[in-house]
Amino acid sequence: MANPRLAPTAHPSGAASPDVIVEVRDICKHYNDVEALRDINLDFERGKLTTLLGPSGCGKTTLLKIIAGLVPATSGQIRINGKTVTGPGPERAFVFQDFALMPWATVLRNVAFGLELKGVPQAERNRTARHYIREVGLSGFEEKYPHELSGGMRQRVGIARAFSVNADVLLLDEPFSAVDEQNRRKFQEDLLQLVEKERKTFLFVTHSIEEAVYVSDRIVLLSPRPGRVSQIIEPAIDRSAAPDVIRRDKSYLDVVEEIWQGLRQYAE
Amino acid sequence: MKLFGFRIPMMASLVLWALVWEIVGRMDVIFLIPPMSSIISAGFGLVATGSWQSASLVTVRSFVLGMALAIAVGVPLGIAMGRFRIVDNIFGLWVNMFVSAPLSALVPILMILFGLGETTVVVTVFLFAVWIIVLDARAGVMQVPPSLIEMGRSYGASRFTIFTKIILLSALPEILAGIRIGLIRGVKGVVIGQILVSIIGYGELFELYSRSFDMERFWALTMILFAAAMLLSAVVEHFEKRIEYYAGAR
Repeated sequence: MANPRLAPTAHPSGAASPDVIVEVRDICKHYNDVEALRDINLDFERGKLTTLLGPSGCGKTTLLKIIAGLVPATSGQIRINGKTVTGPGPERAFVFQDFALMPWATVLRNVAFGLELKGVPQAERNRTARHYIREVGLSGFEEKYPHELSGGMRQRVGIARAFSVNADVLLLDEPFSAVDEQNRRKFQEDLLQLVEKERKTFLFVTHSIEEAVYVSDRIVLLSPRPGRVSQIIEPAIDRSAAPDVIRRDKSYLDVVEEIWQGLRQYAE
Repeated sequence: MKLFGFRIPMMASLVLWALVWEIVGRMDVIFLIPPMSSIISAGFGLVATGSWQSASLVTVRSFVLGMALAIAVGVPLGIAMGRFRIVDNIFGLWVNMFVSAPLSALVPILMILFGLGETTVVVTVFLFAVWIIVLDARAGVMQVPPSLIEMGRSYGASRFTIFTKIILLSALPEILAGIRIGLIRGVKGVVIGQILVSIIGYGELFELYSRSFDMERFWALTMILFAAAMLLSAVVEHFEKRIEYYAGAR
């Protein structure tokens, strides 16, 4: 750790500080005989974007789905705002890798679907949905169907849907992995703006080191089989700079290199 | 279609065949093939007769009843098989066996069970149509993307809501495809059932015309049936296409 801007922190444990919103305590997960996750302990601070990064098979998506309440943990606890949760809840919203849009519904109805399930009256939910469709840059596409949109635009619909329900925590499972490279970069920039604007807590799963360093306040590196927390890195990057400046910034490149050195042992 | 730069209308091949038929018919080669023109005029005469009208009524009634039963049983059974392993295990083998079985062989047994009447024909239509409807509904429910169901759960939908708002709608294109193929099979069922029972509806007419070598009317009736089956299929297909359009991204 020669670079002073990298601030590796010890595995968080014990009492949580007041602005911790998601607590992961002693989470283990077994799929039959396979141990997917072992003793995961993590705290996620309110208003921060934390990335779970690791090679495939390290259980990062499983951990995210356990936090979402979509997959039950074998042992351990998830606490949101101090309360133990066992299933999905309105304080969390999920963005899916394959978008999970309903092909028979328009963009507007897809974005409003979370509110529809909550029983929000149509006029009100459509107003909210239109607002977030504009926020993610899809104005004019309200009445289109998902198959009329590109992959990147579809994921924008998924993100607008997650914003619409006004959850405290947004869980994003490799949201850009099905989006092509150019759009991916633009998307990352837009995401940072939304993070800035919406002041929510983001948990982000990716296997792209550059993406993780570019968007995250904090990166949790997981090691594979079984998944454990191997390192936590806080890239102190000045995000007020222009995207192209950041991507050439020395500390940005140093963090990318540092993470790659940590992960290369797992590459085949 | 274009030939030597000229646009050929869609029905051209039909017209060509009708022409060949007309020529062969005029040549008086075989009594089985009367000229097309006399078949068509026999068709117009046939439609005006009371016996054709009442036969059509009986046929349509058997068909509609049998199909309604097949859809009412087939769609829920297929959905249940797709959703619940145990139902799938109980019915899976039977459905797969019947979907490819030569069901015409069963009609004589049905005649013993249900008598020589409309009931047998209704049951025949049902048996012809129901299996493919079951299989397609099952396939539709099984291929609902798991992430769509997770999406519903993560936004707080109940199991019932997930079923009505996600699973059913997601499976709709396959369910409709099953119903369309079921309808086509049902048309076969109604004709085969009536011919084997042979004292009601079109079966009675077919029997009558073929025994009395009234080939004009025999062919006219056949063509009316063909046209009706194609029309029915086209109507469902049109409806299906609109649904497919919405589900086009899968």
